[in-house]
Amino acid sequence: MNDAVIQLDSVSKIYGKGEAEVRALDSVSISIDRGDFVAIIGASGSGKSTMMNIIGCLDGATQGTYHLDGIDTGTLDEFQLAQIRNRKIGFVFQNFNLIPRTRAVDNVSMPLAYAKVHRKERRERALEVLGSVGLAERADHKPSQLSGGQQQRVAIARALVTNPVLLLADEPTGALDTKSSHEILDLFESLHANGRTIVMITHEADVAARANRVVRFQDGHIIEDHRIRSVHAHPVATAVPA
Amino acid sequence: MMIAESVRFALTGVMANKMRSILTTLGILIGIASVIILLAVGAGTSNAIKSQIGKLGTNVLTVSRQTTAGGRAAGGGQAVTGPRSRGTNLTLQDMAALTDPVMAPDVAATAPVVTAQNVTGTYQDATHAVATFVGTTPSYFSISNDTLAAGSYFSDGDASSGTAVAVIGNTVAQDLVGSSVTSAVGQTIALNGQNFVVSGVLAQKGSSGLNDPDDIVVIPYSAAQDKFTGYSPSLASITVQAKSADVMNQAQNEVQMILDARHNVTSANRDYQVRNQAQILTTATTTTATLTVLLGAVAGISLLVGGIGVMNIMLVTVTERTREIGIRKAIGASRGSIVSQFLIESLIISLIGGVLGIAAGYIGSAFPLLGTQPEVQWWTVWLSFLVSAAIGLVFGIYPANKAAKLRPIDALRYE
Repeated sequence: MNDAVIQLDSVSKIYGKGEAEVRALDSVSISIDRGDFVAIIGASGSGKSTMMNIIGCLDGATQGTYHLDGIDTGTLDEFQLAQIRNRKIGFVFQNFNLIPRTRAVDNVSMPLAYAKVHRKERRERALEVLGSVGLAERADHKPSQLSGGQQQRVAIARALVTNPVLLLADEPTGALDTKSSHEILDLFESLHANGRTIVMITHEADVAARANRVVRFQDGHIIEDHRIRSVHAHPVATAVPA
Repeated sequence: MMIAESVRFALTGVMANKMRSILTTLGILIGIASVIILLAVGAGTSNAIKSQIGKLGTNVLTVSRQTTAGGRAAGGGQAVTGPRSRGTNLTLQDMAALTDPVMAPDVAATAPVVTAQNVTGTYQDATHAVATFVGTTPSYFSISNDTLAAGSYFSDGDASSGTAVAVIGNTVAQDLVGSSVTSAVGQTIALNGQNFVVSGVLAQKGSSGLNDPDDIVVIPYSAAQDKFTGYSPSLASITVQAKSADVMNQAQNEVQMILDARHNVTSANRDYQVRNQAQILTTATTTTATLTVLLGAVAGISLLVGGIGVMNIMLVTVTERTREIGIRKAIGASRGSIVSQFLIESLIISLIGGVLGIAAGYIGSAFPLLGTQPEVQWWTVWLSFLVSAAIGLVFGIYPANKAAKLRPIDALRYE
């Protein structure tokens, strides 16, 4: 029984054809275990954003297979992919990506609406998760009334509300000041301590240092896979070199 | 439940840019209101004409002299009909023949009509130019659905002896004696300088815009012949009442058979013509139907423009909210939920416009327009409602699809 949340086998992402062909990912294989906290680092153009899109089921691979929580995503249609994003993945973006003019509680409960959860239940769950990120009293504020750090907490609450198997963060501290960055990373650490699987894309070494495992991308290949700490109660994940 | 959710998301979208939503709604509102009002004007005009003709009697045939001379000369009938000369071809004898119960079982009543032009009534200092001046027998009143407001009709004896009595319409009475029209009864008025005693005043029929059925003076036919047209056996026309509106065609055939035999003519060379009120009604209805279609087409174009406005705004909205669409897709919105959100948004805009347009249409139709009182047709209200819903769907589907087809990564990257 494979306990990998993410299992990529020889995944390539190719843009363009013939002479103009660009291999954003070139036959990448990686396995990420349940409960791990992985940082993906690399320079701009290294393929880490493409990696994030594929892991997040926002984009499909050109070649290779990707199993998320045991499901082969290559066989799914658009509707099923939307459901996968809804139930299995929680996204945290660099610029928060909250819906404007919509209260924090409504932003947080939105994934539950797409999961067809009853409205009353939705609100209760959203308030509970907002409380867990320390924003219970800001539930009725709109994004424009919140600081950057607070907006990112709302976004994290939104990512957690469906209790996904994977929290996928794309430069989560990129738009925050140092103090807020530390708070967000502390929040990630405590989520990880509670067993949450986290994949975080970043280009800052000190941010990556908070993870258990650092995977470095360059020119569409994994050039370094370095474990800093062991996964809680799980065997050490093995990375297959490209 | 997902629909309720889409409605809430869509409402948020509509409320997010109130001014724009209001202006777009206004486009639909104007379109729907103009459809309702213009079709109501068409219906009002049509009904006015119908009721006017109805007041003249829907079961009435008018037999009149053929004013073109061609048919008679060609018929070779002049030798046989020797005593009659041209222009005297409708006589009281013709009229009497039409009431034959064997030959004309579907004819209920007849009345002769002798007319004169440019008759002016005078009473003390007041004068009035009479629009319709009729010399006839008392049966004319029942045929043309007249009732009395005061006084009495003249008798058959008066009709044949030429007594100088007159029955006047409401408009004539008002002009001559003032607002208390019944006081005209018993007064002596002058018609082209010749004195007539007013025996009765007709009840008001009401103007229907085009001409006034109350502007009428009715006198005995023999008095009209004596004092206005000069003695002549000829009548201007014979008014024939059929037993019912259903037997109009039979009655018309009987009248034509009798008169063809008496005048020794055939359908090819008739020296008279029979006009059927039902035919006039049909002609009038066709005319107003054409008018209504034209008005409706103009209103329809404004509705189409309103619909394009909705599509335009929805396309702008989709472009503006590309990022939001990306976020929603990333957190699990399926293509269907994005389509329904934007489709419902355009539906809301057009249905609000539609409902307000229906209200505006009703208000606008409360006032007389083009000389008629518009009459809102209930089916135009339903039609408008359905059309505004259809506009929301048809003009919303393209922008909604455009939104749903956006790839989440492209939409998220959109600045």
